[in-house]
Amino acid sequence: MTPDSSLTGFLTEEELKEGPGIPSAARRGKGPVAVIECLEDIPCNPCESSCKAGAIVVGEDITQLPHLDGDKCIACNTCVHNCPGQAIFMVDESLPGGRATVMMPYEYRPLPAEGDGVIALDRAGQVLGDATVIKIRQTRRMDRTATITIEVPKKWSMRARAIRLKT
Amino acid sequence: MLRYEMICVGAGPAGLAAAIEAAKNGVQVVVFDENDRPGGQLFKQIHKFFGSREHRAKERGFNIGQAFLDQARETGVEVTLNAVVLGIYENGAMNVMIGDQVKQVRAQKIVVATGAAENMVPFPGWTLPGVIGAGAAQTMANIHGIRPGNKILMVGSGNVGIIVGYQMLQAGSRVAAIIDAAPKIGGYAVHAAKVARAGVPFLMSHTIKQAHGKECVTGATVIQVDSSWQPVAGTEKEFEVDTICIAVGLNPTTQLLGMAGCKMTHVPTLGGRIPVHDLDQETTVKGIYVAGDVSGIEEASTAIIEGRIAGLAIAHRLGYMDDGTFRKEREKQSQSMKGLRSGSHGERRAKAKEYLNAIMPAAI
Ligand SMILES: Cc1cc2nc3c(=O)[nH]c(=O)nc-3n(C[C@H](O)[C@H](O)[C@H](O)COP(=O)(O)OP(=O)(O)OC[C@H]3O[C@@H](n4cnc5c(N)ncnc54)[C@H](O)[C@@H]3O)c2cc1C
Repeated sequence: MTPDSSLTGFLTEEELKEGPGIPSAARRGKGPVAVIECLEDIPCNPCESSCKAGAIVVGEDITQLPHLDGDKCIACNTCVHNCPGQAIFMVDESLPGGRATVMMPYEYRPLPAEGDGVIALDRAGQVLGDATVIKIRQTRRMDRTATITIEVPKKWSMRARAIRLKT
Repeated sequence: MLRYEMICVGAGPAGLAAAIEAAKNGVQVVVFDENDRPGGQLFKQIHKFFGSREHRAKERGFNIGQAFLDQARETGVEVTLNAVVLGIYENGAMNVMIGDQVKQVRAQKIVVATGAAENMVPFPGWTLPGVIGAGAAQTMANIHGIRPGNKILMVGSGNVGIIVGYQMLQAGSRVAAIIDAAPKIGGYAVHAAKVARAGVPFLMSHTIKQAHGKECVTGATVIQVDSSWQPVAGTEKEFEVDTICIAVGLNPTTQLLGMAGCKMTHVPTLGGRIPVHDLDQETTVKGIYVAGDVSGIEEASTAIIEGRIAGLAIAHRLGYMDDGTFRKEREKQSQSMKGLRSGSHGERRAKAKEYLNAIMPAAI
């Protein structure tokens, strides 16, 4: 059995499978959608209050887990930089040729540049392989949490969650 | 002797919140802090906070601190820095050392919001330069812009250990591992996930055996512990690191309260010996209130609410607020607190606080 996240720090795909914030494969295949990797009852709800589409529900008791309604998600990306736990990603599996994109929050500096080759890492920080940065966003409202979108093979779309710069 | 209606000891989030709430209602308030800048821990905290909008979630700690300072100024709170409160005596008398002068002051109501100090663990080599508290590492990196080390071993997997570990990565250090004698990670899962995906390994059921080095830290030996926290021989692992950060918990700074005669009780969940207090944050010594980490280790968001409650109670007691308004305002704050003291991390603290409030009548 693989050890769970209370020992290793990272969520396993097994733990995430039943998560209320994970959109279906069918939804991911239709275009970009939020993937919320938050499975602990901590008192927190900026994801819900920042979602204008009403796609994320935490509810009155703010320790409830965020539930995602994938069909309502309009992929506005707001939750990705607003989540204080950096636990929300935006995944798009609708690209042709077995490709996908993953958007992740990023608070390290320097930022890579659009077009740069980087190394995609999984939740354990293990190397998956090469990826390309296709978009970087950083505005005032994001309060220094940039978002970086990388393009990866589709089979990594639910695994690639960090990057390492090539130096 | 200078006289005030209210004196706050400590200009952290708890003390400032208490001062602002009272001043807003007309109380004349002064805040003393031993540091040369106000804000307590907040200015070290460059990460975004949890909670909901009313708790200023998703804002970074130092921005919350700045907003507090602005509000303190607007409400007419007097903040005196480089001011160490040396003792609290009978009837609200106090000695405070401002610069190099000791002054006597007196207040009708006192809020002690002195925060907490870091715990240490002794081990061979722990006095070597390079063994530092996680709080010190945070101060160096986030206040002074100095990277405390290039390769760091973090001892302690609570939120402080993990967050400071993350901030060391942001500062450009490498974190060799985060170790903890406990069998499970203590901090929030999302914080742990953030450092794990940067490649930082967690070693649970491990403690530090020894720091190596002659003039400064050059390495560390860690060792596995069994379920009764006894080292298991032969499980040693070596790390080549130049810095060992200790993040093994905080301990409320209660000396002033002990001296003033406030009753204490031992509550492990809240960090050790804690002043018994009631729902208004008043201790067993009438007129002395507590708020924030000194009344139980929690978070800035809870410290702020406790501070507000103490400020409201003082405004009410001094006649600046009628009964009805006070009850309504306090209820608003306790509702907001309920949200923060729930969930598996928060519930234990809620119970511990209930216990403290419940034993109050017997303690007086
Ligand atoms: C690494 C780290 C991360 C954290 N992250 C979060 C988070 O994400 N969200 C959150 O809500 N909380 C967080 N916290 C917790 C939060 O910082 C504390 O709970 C909060 O600062 C407590 O506030 P306080 O006002 O009680 O104490 P403090 O902020 O410690 O302030 C106490 C003040 O009192 C002064 N003082 C003490 N003794 C005297 C004296 N005798 N005379 C004069 N002045 C004195 C001190 O100098 C200090 O300025 C974090 C803490 C750490 C260490």
